[in-house]
Amino acid sequence: MMSESTKVLAAIPGMFYRKPSPEEDVYLNEGDKVEVGDIIGLIEVMKTFYEIKAEKAGILESFLTEHETMVDAGQELAILTEQSE
Amino acid sequence: MIHVIHPGLQTTIQDGGRIGFYEVGMPPSGAMDKYSYAVSNLLVGNNENASTLEITYLGPTLEFKVDTVIALTGGDIPPKINGELVPMWETLEIKAGDQLSFDFVKSGARVYLAIAGGIDVPQIMGSRSTYTLCGIGGLEGRSLQAGDKLEIGTDNERTPIVGARIEDKYIPTFTKKHEIRVVLGLCSYRLTEESKERFFAIDWLVTPEANRVGYRFSGERLNFVDREQPFGAGSNPSNVVDLGYPIGSIQVPDGVEPIALLNDAVTGGGYATIATIISSDLNKMGQIKTNESVRFVSVSIDEALAARKVVKNQLEEIKQQLNR
Repeated sequence: MMSESTKVLAAIPGMFYRKPSPEEDVYLNEGDKVEVGDIIGLIEVMKTFYEIKAEKAGILESFLTEHETMVDAGQELAILTEQSE
Repeated sequence: MIHVIHPGLQTTIQDGGRIGFYEVGMPPSGAMDKYSYAVSNLLVGNNENASTLEITYLGPTLEFKVDTVIALTGGDIPPKINGELVPMWETLEIKAGDQLSFDFVKSGARVYLAIAGGIDVPQIMGSRSTYTLCGIGGLEGRSLQAGDKLEIGTDNERTPIVGARIEDKYIPTFTKKHEIRVVLGLCSYRLTEESKERFFAIDWLVTPEANRVGYRFSGERLNFVDREQPFGAGSNPSNVVDLGYPIGSIQVPDGVEPIALLNDAVTGGGYATIATIISSDLNKMGQIKTNESVRFVSVSIDEALAARKVVKNQLEEIKQQLNR
């Protein structure tokens, strides 16, 4: 089995959230399985919520940015480990 | 025709603005960074008021269905044609079927994409600029969406020369710390002397509430001089009797978090405007991102007019070079 780590980056600057809303659970926990297109988190800027989606399938290894922190464009948000048989 | 495959975060059609209706409450909209906007049109041979795409933070993916000529100016959001990086501030040739896409933003906040002839949408009150809050102008009064089709207009003035490039000295660079020049007033007398000093002494952080309407800054509380509020003014010390808000004016509701009003903002109201960003620095304002910092610098009206002239002369020099 091969595994390759990729970093999930913030496409835009703004406030990073791991939850869809304050009352709800996080989209993903560390160690969760991720499919292409799954939402990893949100970035809020200009009164718009931009969904950060997985571009590859794998395991969400760890988050590098905490819930509700300001991020810059290009900042590393999480590590995704791809797995192929 | 241009096909919108991915719209980006907020991509709107903007031109020089909807000028002449401010007194009836209609803000001008139009390109936030007028300098970059103007240069993009010059590079493709358009007239000065041709409509462009204003791209914010995240670039769109567009497919061109016709041969044309384009130019990209403004902040550094690296553009790619068919996956290959291409230069900004240069006249580029496009073949039917070419796809334009972008890398992540490196510096600045907004890119202007000019297409020879401009974008053909109806003029509303003399302008093609999108004013999303009112839902007018541009394409159906909104930001672009996937599946939109843009028609190319006829705002050509000169035949563009593919490969024409703007000299480096005319290309602005953007960092994460900005100095923005302001003229003090109209209601700066409402601030305490100490708060007036603090306003110019600290780095203000741009919050996520920063868009075409205005930019909100966090820093520290500013205090207003105690007084009995006059008739017609709200009860909060940051209130005055209603007045027109200049574009670029800065108000501080309740003394917390100054807001700079920009192209799509309300045209008047009852908050004390403590300073106004000079017109030449509104271009730079449009290239500032959330999470960057701004230091305000006080200048006189004469200095503001001189700075405006510098920008005007630069555009004139560029125009002459491209006409050669």
